[in-house]
Amino acid sequence: MSAWRAIAAAALFAAAPALLAGEIPRDARRSGYSFMGHDTRAMQDDDTSNPGMLFVLDGEQLWGKKTGSAEKACADCHGEARDSMKGVAARYPAIDKTLHRPVTLEQRINLCRANHQQATPLPYESRDLLALSAFVAHQSRGAAITAGDDPQAKPFVEQGRELFMQREGQLNLACTNCHDDNFDKRLAGAPITQGQPTGYPLYRLEWQTLGSLERRLRSCMSGVRAQAYDYGSPELVALELYLMSRARGLPMETPAVRP
Amino acid sequence: MPTTRRQFLSLAGGVTAAGTVPVVTLRPLQATPAMLNHAIRNIVGEAPIRTGRVKLDIPPLVENGNVVPMTVSVASPMTADDHVKSIHVFNEKNPQPNIGNFCLGPASGRAQVSTRIRLADTQKVVAIARLSDDTFWQVAADVVVTLAACTEEMN
Amino acid sequence: MAALINVPAKARRGDVIEIRALTSHIMETGFRHTVDGKLVPRDIITSFTCRYNGAEIFRADLFPAIAANPYLSFFTVAKESGKLEFEWIGDNGYSSTASASITVE
Repeated sequence: MSAWRAIAAAALFAAAPALLAGEIPRDARRSGYSFMGHDTRAMQDDDTSNPGMLFVLDGEQLWGKKTGSAEKACADCHGEARDSMKGVAARYPAIDKTLHRPVTLEQRINLCRANHQQATPLPYESRDLLALSAFVAHQSRGAAITAGDDPQAKPFVEQGRELFMQREGQLNLACTNCHDDNFDKRLAGAPITQGQPTGYPLYRLEWQTLGSLERRLRSCMSGVRAQAYDYGSPELVALELYLMSRARGLPMETPAVRP
Repeated sequence: MPTTRRQFLSLAGGVTAAGTVPVVTLRPLQATPAMLNHAIRNIVGEAPIRTGRVKLDIPPLVENGNVVPMTVSVASPMTADDHVKSIHVFNEKNPQPNIGNFCLGPASGRAQVSTRIRLADTQKVVAIARLSDDTFWQVAADVVVTLAACTEEMN
Repeated sequence: MAALINVPAKARRGDVIEIRALTSHIMETGFRHTVDGKLVPRDIITSFTCRYNGAEIFRADLFPAIAANPYLSFFTVAKESGKLEFEWIGDNGYSSTASASITVE
């Protein structure tokens, strides 16, 4: 199986020089959805049984709610999220024009709060930040991921790729060792996925709540017994950007459900 | 700050030195079959429980014990004279044996309930239905709970 | 707190219809401890009721073994047009309600 994949990858490598060694060819990229069992899929498939939709509903409320000393709601600038936010999450993390570095969707929401609403930032993994980012990302459900296409993002994508390839922690494992080289195999009974971040923020049964990609990355890091990077750190943002660019072309699923 | 073994020993020693007899009441970590039986008898009383008529749909192997989908259905015409009054679901090894009690009636039309439950470990789940003639019927299913790799640190 | 209710908007008289209710709640079991060893107090929904034009058609007692964000699916006979009301009651005075209307022809 892995020999076959190596051959397939080698063939594609010859045909498409942009693809780096060890990376998953575009037509072989698979959402975590395809690794799940029937019951977890069913939970995601039906909006009225997907607990992530509860957060989307909360986010919709927050979108229209005036906040901060500017007394402005998201909707006051952006109007109907259905139109204005369509496809936006599919290209995040994106370069901020004044900061000259990529920011995640959560950071963008907090930048908006600081600059336009004069409101305090929402803490990482707080219910309100998850609800707002889920509501915004839900508007891109079905849209193909395009993050990392911006030429200015290139060095940050490269930084994220290096972190993905770098061994770390007491188990001395890199992300690539599991998610490029060994997907479809099992680790302690659970299938190893390709680590394609198609549905964040997502409802993880383990967490019993919605969580961000950064939370997931941090639990991977504690899994290999490494010191996890802080929320919002340049390393986590670069990893998120690389992962999104690595999932290029896959449709967004927010809010996904995962075991 | 976590207690080191040395600190623990000195603490424990301190208690006995002061002459107090340490009374340790430990809550059982898992519901024992006796607790399961007791919880069932609390609902059923002394009535006999027959096997059959009840169907329990639950995955035999679950991806995460925190959210396990489950459906209980009972073969019943659900008429005024012949219907399911209630469905009761129990587990064997969670800290508490009860999962849920569900009251139905002829207005239900169909004796079927679905929910999502927590199973702390690989164990047996029992569903019992009380019919309008006050007979009790049961079914049991074994569920294997796998533990996910790379979970977050315990907190 | 959000709730997601799924009731068919229209049904024929006598049809058996499925009703689904999903609501936000952490369902803290009361069996977990914090890192420093303190017991996290129980905070769960203990009771759910569904009324159809005022008459109770389904009731559930919930325990800590019900997963976070409780989901319930059950059935009823569509007998007349009107309103289905849902009520969740829990620890620490928790209470929330939702409703949905149905047209029966």
